[in-house]
Amino acid sequence: MNFPILSSLIFLPLLSSLFIFLSKDKTNNYSSIYISLFSSIATFFLSLFLWYSLDVNTSEFQFVEEKSWINNFIKFKLGVDGISILFIVLTTFITPICIISCVNSVKVRVKEFLIAILILETFMIGVFCSLDLVIFYLFFEAGLIPMFLIIGVWGGPKRVYSAFKFFLFTLLGSVLMLVAIIVIYWLTGTTDITQIYEIKIPREYQNILWLAFLSSFAVKMPMWPVHTWLPDAHVEAPTAGSVILAAILLKMAGYGFLRFSIPMFPIASDYFTPLIFTLSIIAIIYTSLVALMQDDMKKLIAYSSVAHMGYVTLGIFTLTKQGIEGSIYQMISHGLISAALFLCVGVVYDRLHSRMISTYGGLVNYIPKYSFLFLIFSLAALGLPGTSGFLGEFLVLTGTFQKSYLAAMLATFGVVLGAAYMLWLTKRVIFGVTNNSEIKKLRDINKSEAIMLVSLAFLVLFFGFYPLPLMETFSVSVNSLINNYETAIISN
Amino acid sequence: MGALLGYFGRSFTKYFAEISTSLFVSASAVLSVLVFWNGIQNDIYGNYIIFEWISSGNFKANWSINIDPLSSVMLVVVTFVSALVHIYSIGYMSHDPHKPRFMSYLSLFTFSMLALVVSDNFLQLFFGWEGVGLCSYLLIGFWYKKETANNAAIKAFIVNRIGDFGLAIGIFLIFFFFGTINFEEAFQATSQFAEKKINFLGFEINLVTLICVFLFIGAMGKSAQFLLHTWLPDAMEGPTPVSALIHAATMVTAGVFLVVRCSPIFEYSQVALNLVTVVGMITAIFAASVAIVQNDIKKIVAYSTCSQLGYMFFAAGVGAYHVAMFHLFTHAFFKALLFLGAGSVIHAFKDEQDIRYMGGVRKKLPYTYIFMLLGTLALTGFPFLSGFYSKDAIIEFAYLRNSTLGNYAATIGILTAFLTSIYSWRLFFKTFHGTYNNKKILITDTHESPLVMLLPLVFLSVGAIFSGYVFKDTFIGHLNNEFWQSSILFLNEIKHDAIPFWFLLITPVLVLLSIPISFYLYISNPKILEDFKNTNAPLYNFLLNKWYIDEFYENAFVNPAKKIGSFFWKKGDIGIIDKFGPDGISKLIKVISNKAGRLQTGFIYDYAFVMLLGLSILLTYLILN
Repeated sequence: MNFPILSSLIFLPLLSSLFIFLSKDKTNNYSSIYISLFSSIATFFLSLFLWYSLDVNTSEFQFVEEKSWINNFIKFKLGVDGISILFIVLTTFITPICIISCVNSVKVRVKEFLIAILILETFMIGVFCSLDLVIFYLFFEAGLIPMFLIIGVWGGPKRVYSAFKFFLFTLLGSVLMLVAIIVIYWLTGTTDITQIYEIKIPREYQNILWLAFLSSFAVKMPMWPVHTWLPDAHVEAPTAGSVILAAILLKMAGYGFLRFSIPMFPIASDYFTPLIFTLSIIAIIYTSLVALMQDDMKKLIAYSSVAHMGYVTLGIFTLTKQGIEGSIYQMISHGLISAALFLCVGVVYDRLHSRMISTYGGLVNYIPKYSFLFLIFSLAALGLPGTSGFLGEFLVLTGTFQKSYLAAMLATFGVVLGAAYMLWLTKRVIFGVTNNSEIKKLRDINKSEAIMLVSLAFLVLFFGFYPLPLMETFSVSVNSLINNYETAIISN
Repeated sequence: MGALLGYFGRSFTKYFAEISTSLFVSASAVLSVLVFWNGIQNDIYGNYIIFEWISSGNFKANWSINIDPLSSVMLVVVTFVSALVHIYSIGYMSHDPHKPRFMSYLSLFTFSMLALVVSDNFLQLFFGWEGVGLCSYLLIGFWYKKETANNAAIKAFIVNRIGDFGLAIGIFLIFFFFGTINFEEAFQATSQFAEKKINFLGFEINLVTLICVFLFIGAMGKSAQFLLHTWLPDAMEGPTPVSALIHAATMVTAGVFLVVRCSPIFEYSQVALNLVTVVGMITAIFAASVAIVQNDIKKIVAYSTCSQLGYMFFAAGVGAYHVAMFHLFTHAFFKALLFLGAGSVIHAFKDEQDIRYMGGVRKKLPYTYIFMLLGTLALTGFPFLSGFYSKDAIIEFAYLRNSTLGNYAATIGILTAFLTSIYSWRLFFKTFHGTYNNKKILITDTHESPLVMLLPLVFLSVGAIFSGYVFKDTFIGHLNNEFWQSSILFLNEIKHDAIPFWFLLITPVLVLLSIPISFYLYISNPKILEDFKNTNAPLYNFLLNKWYIDEFYENAFVNPAKKIGSFFWKKGDIGIIDKFGPDGISKLIKVISNKAGRLQTGFIYDYAFVMLLGLSILLTYLILN
């Protein structure tokens, strides 16, 4: 196929943001909303088409586009395989939801907000399609800017502090990654990752390069102990910002490990596995305990995200079939569940302007539909079988068990803590009784909120019972990832 | 057999009114009796795969309906009790505005429980396992306005999760070593690994033993065995029909089911079987001892359930899996009967649950009185009622095992049987006999329950009376495997030899003796006990406070977890990482820029001096080279 489908996917949101920018929509912003909604849904369908036409029986990159950008140095090279396609679809699915959520939650500078979201979508899709290190780096870092603005302009009272914390952390890590990319170019003479896969980086450089990549990915993931920007960023970010942050930005690092760290530095990945295991386990136990004590809903969910990402890093570095597949599954599922939970918080925040758990209570008496959905998502977050949250976690743990009993036991214990903080949250927010007179006047979810939450709930349950569409998509790619890794280890 | 799909169809009816749920569940009850009958008569068993659930390398699991003798027994128990509880709830919950929600939870529970018992692999079992845990959570917390109900619900879920942790580790071990999570394949693989030892966290342990221990932790959580039992009494905060269905007849027996289902694994590990026996024994006697002093009618029955589950476990532990299943089967009838009877009493007393404020209402509640009497007789093992056959069989088999542990188990079994009848009759007499003790409600205001509530009790009473006699040959006939076939593995079968006649007599005699004893102690002359209580206050308090296990957990685990949580947050995240991380850096930058700012003094000679200094250093450097 000659039609540049990936480029269109990337630049469609950008193009529409340009339209919005040029439109003279001053009074009610409706046309901006419709344009962005329409374009993001179109992007979504385009990505579905891409998924549909992808051949899942090969691990080769498909729909590859290649253009020389800076002569013979950087190539604008794009392509997808069974792993990246799912992240692309996740991105294009979450973006329209964010746009819908703006209608209720963003009151000022709606136009600019939509532009920021659409540009962010461009960058995120770009991250998941790039097959060139420099292009990847550009998209990866460029994504920071719209996010920084979303937090800094539309955020809560402490937004400037949070935005800077976010920026400082992420930038610090990525500087080292940039240096590593330059070193890789110097070593191999290319930044095209398919070629780097072939050339193989000398083992004496692998450890240091791996660490440089880790410094960037660990912050983005976020892994303990560089996770503290996340709760602050979430708390101050507007709902749509939190949703994108949790659902997609956090997945870029996990994807980065799979796409870069492991195939390019297999020996180092093997060498540092104990480090990753330790950090992941600490993340799971530590942040679960911290989550238990939060009195701010968004902070609680943010800390739970860190714990869930702990399972992801754990699973990836087991380098077993179950572990990696579980991690990918966990990322997709967390993308849906955390997005839904942040939307849920957003729904009540729009009405009462409080994120404090103590403000709420007894919601089920007054807004039963909302409560029902909230319950589904919190059960999914604690990994109840029958929801997508379960399979990812369970597969990761199965994979981990093959590498380390201790790590698996501790991580499994984290599941108990997960149940504790989620149920306690639910109890304090949804059940019980309240003295707050404003709660009694709450409206239940409106139509747009229902569309967002119900579609997410449907997917969470559907993929809980029938995960095969996803698993078949990435199965072959994961196999080849593991095979390449194992050959590299053996030949070493 | 295609009609079996109907079981799953039921879950979709959850939004219909109570009639449709009741009808559907009743229909599935009829169907499962048919399945059971087909199994016995025509030997029709099989595994029906619905569709593939998950496939990741070797890690494969299907959604399936696996019908074998074991699951067909469970099907009967689950659907039968569930149908009756559905019907009963129509009456019991008649004043509750959330009845549809209640019925849908009940149906969802039945669905999960069926998914659990008909599974052909560990993953679907785990699905059902957590699914029933969820429904239990939802139903315990059904009256969500009650703080205690919410806490009890969370406690139930968390404690169950601790058990699930064990089950999950067990599944990981099985998958890692056997390379499959399918029951049949795993069971076949077990014998090859019988002698294998692995290094687990620094200990050299037999693999099969390890697997069994972890699976058993799961079973302990679900079946409320000692140390993980604390959630069950609290779970009585839920509506009574829930207690009857979930916390007596079905869900709590899932642990027993798991052990029996995995008998092909447990059989290869004597250590694990001994552990099962010991835990079962301790639970049986512990729960019975606590039940004697409790005052809440439902808590007494709950502890009694706990104790009876202990019986089932030590039966399984001595290798008499079929007897454990038999007791599970009969217990479902009489315990559900007792719970629903208790519910009827509570209904009559307008939600009063304390037996100290009851008494003397046998004329007012004649039907309930009879049903409770039957339930009590069956539970205590009164000769020729169902409990007699199954419980005595457990004690006999423990004795026949002819090992030291078996003899201990038999002794504990007899002792517990005696305690069981004491507390059961205490409950019975204090509720129905003696004087009327309730000051809030006039005796004339207590009333018999409506027909819709009594009808299920009739069915259950029939079960409580006859299920033992009718099914004893099927379940524990002389040829163990005639009915069970390959669903239970006996490596060394217990010979059903002659048992000394005196041994057979002990339990029934004790049980019979306990009736006049408890009548005397609790009704005719309560003074004696009162004195005893006062002179032995520490012992009484120890029992009343359930051996202080809840308090111990609260202080040993719950509070520290919260403290550590806030410590990590305040000190770890904010105090260390942020202080030396972003905040520290920005502060540092501020300090440096302040310093740098001060350097810019604005005086020419300062700058000139610095330039000169720099120049001289540069020159020195150049000259030296």
